[in-house]
Amino acid sequence: MEIPRHWRLRKQRYSLVGEVCPHCQVRIFPPRDVCPSCGKEARELYTFSGRGEVYSYTTIYEAPSGFEQQVPYTVALIRLEEGPMVTAQLTDVSPEEVQIGMPVEMVTRKLRTDGDERGLILYGYKFRPRLQQA
Amino acid sequence: MTLPEPAASTLLKPIQSVGIVGYGAYVPRYRIPAKEIARVWSGKTAALPIKEKAVPGLDEDVVTMSIEAARNALRRAGIDPSELRAVWVGSESHPYAVKPTSTLVAEAIGAVPNTQAADWEFACKAGTEALVAAMGLVGSGMGRYAMAIGMDTAQGRPGDALEYTAGAGGAAYIIGPAEESLAIIQASYSYVTDTPDFWRRPEARYPEHGMRFTGEPAYFKHITEAARRLMEATGTTAKDYRWAVFHQPNTKFPQRVAAQLGFSMEQIEPGLLVPVIGNTYAGAALIGLTAVLDIARPGDRILVVSFGSGAGSDAFDILVTEALLERRDRAPKTRDYIARRIEIDYATYVRYRGKLQMK
Repeated sequence: MEIPRHWRLRKQRYSLVGEVCPHCQVRIFPPRDVCPSCGKEARELYTFSGRGEVYSYTTIYEAPSGFEQQVPYTVALIRLEEGPMVTAQLTDVSPEEVQIGMPVEMVTRKLRTDGDERGLILYGYKFRPRLQQA
Repeated sequence: MTLPEPAASTLLKPIQSVGIVGYGAYVPRYRIPAKEIARVWSGKTAALPIKEKAVPGLDEDVVTMSIEAARNALRRAGIDPSELRAVWVGSESHPYAVKPTSTLVAEAIGAVPNTQAADWEFACKAGTEALVAAMGLVGSGMGRYAMAIGMDTAQGRPGDALEYTAGAGGAAYIIGPAEESLAIIQASYSYVTDTPDFWRRPEARYPEHGMRFTGEPAYFKHITEAARRLMEATGTTAKDYRWAVFHQPNTKFPQRVAAQLGFSMEQIEPGLLVPVIGNTYAGAALIGLTAVLDIARPGDRILVVSFGSGAGSDAFDILVTEALLERRDRAPKTRDYIARRIEIDYATYVRYRGKLQMK
């Protein structure tokens, strides 16, 4: 049970809320209150657009604990439109469809449950191929 | 039996005129054809209730689906989520028995903390129930905007008649002042009685239903009464409406109820989604309306009538405004979601829906 940690991370997990540096304008994710670019304090919240592209990826067949029932699934490094790179699971896509450079968008999905079926359901960001709009 | 009061006084209509400021739909991408379910359980391929139904993925539930529909509604409305004074989610498949779906959705879309949040329950009409309440909140001036969502990942016992149709999907609506609306809700009317056509006890995994009892005394009675009384009170007939959406548990029921009320098949066609996504329960009437709004023109009048077992119907008289044209392309259309279709077999469906006993 790690309820306090899940609760603390909810804004970044549910909706990609990071920070923007008021000094050099760099967009920061995950939020860390100190700008990784200029080293000054950065506490201003910034909600990312959720758009990005696949920088690299791998498909998981032997999953860590808590993810066993989801295999096979693909985990990717996503270069967000605003700059930062995030690691996330891809969804609504089969492993053979994934390509480097593929445009993706953030969706909020179930990540896993905390412990067994009696535990909390944990939600967070994943990415899927951008929906084609007619 | 008819009620003694004059029909006009029974309308649910706020003092200040309200309407739909934004709307958004969601349908998961997996589909299981009815003939695949029939292959496993009955061997009959004739007279199936629908073509196929939408199935949520392993990482989807009413929370995640509501979040996506809500984000689409916010895109169309173009308002700041912190201006919402209510986030209400109607469903009969809330992921938790105790812990609101609505606070999670409100947190994810950035509507917290200055908002009402609640989960609504009334079988298939929980979504329109939230919509009527949102009209009241905005129409009384308590808040400028309120969000009402109807969303379900419906349950059907393996092999039961409901398994063919119990689908997944729904829609989110932002209610606001009429002058900002893409469609004005001119009036609503609700008709309820205690009718035992369908239920699920707290410890039960799958619902029970009264077989043929679900038709005449339940679905048809409540929808026709709600529609007729709304039309009578507003002085309208079927011809005054360009489009109509009725709750859709299968393909046949909404077609028959439309005919009984004098509506043509052409009037219900754009909003009749059940053949391709299944019965989305609390989402059904509401997602049907999104598909109509996706193609409607300013000046079109729309009749929407939901139905929830237990039982009741909410009816709405809706008028499309010019604002629809510039807002509807800001988010994916309902048909875009329906088009991203991945067919699955019964075994995959059983896995995705957690129907296997693992211990």
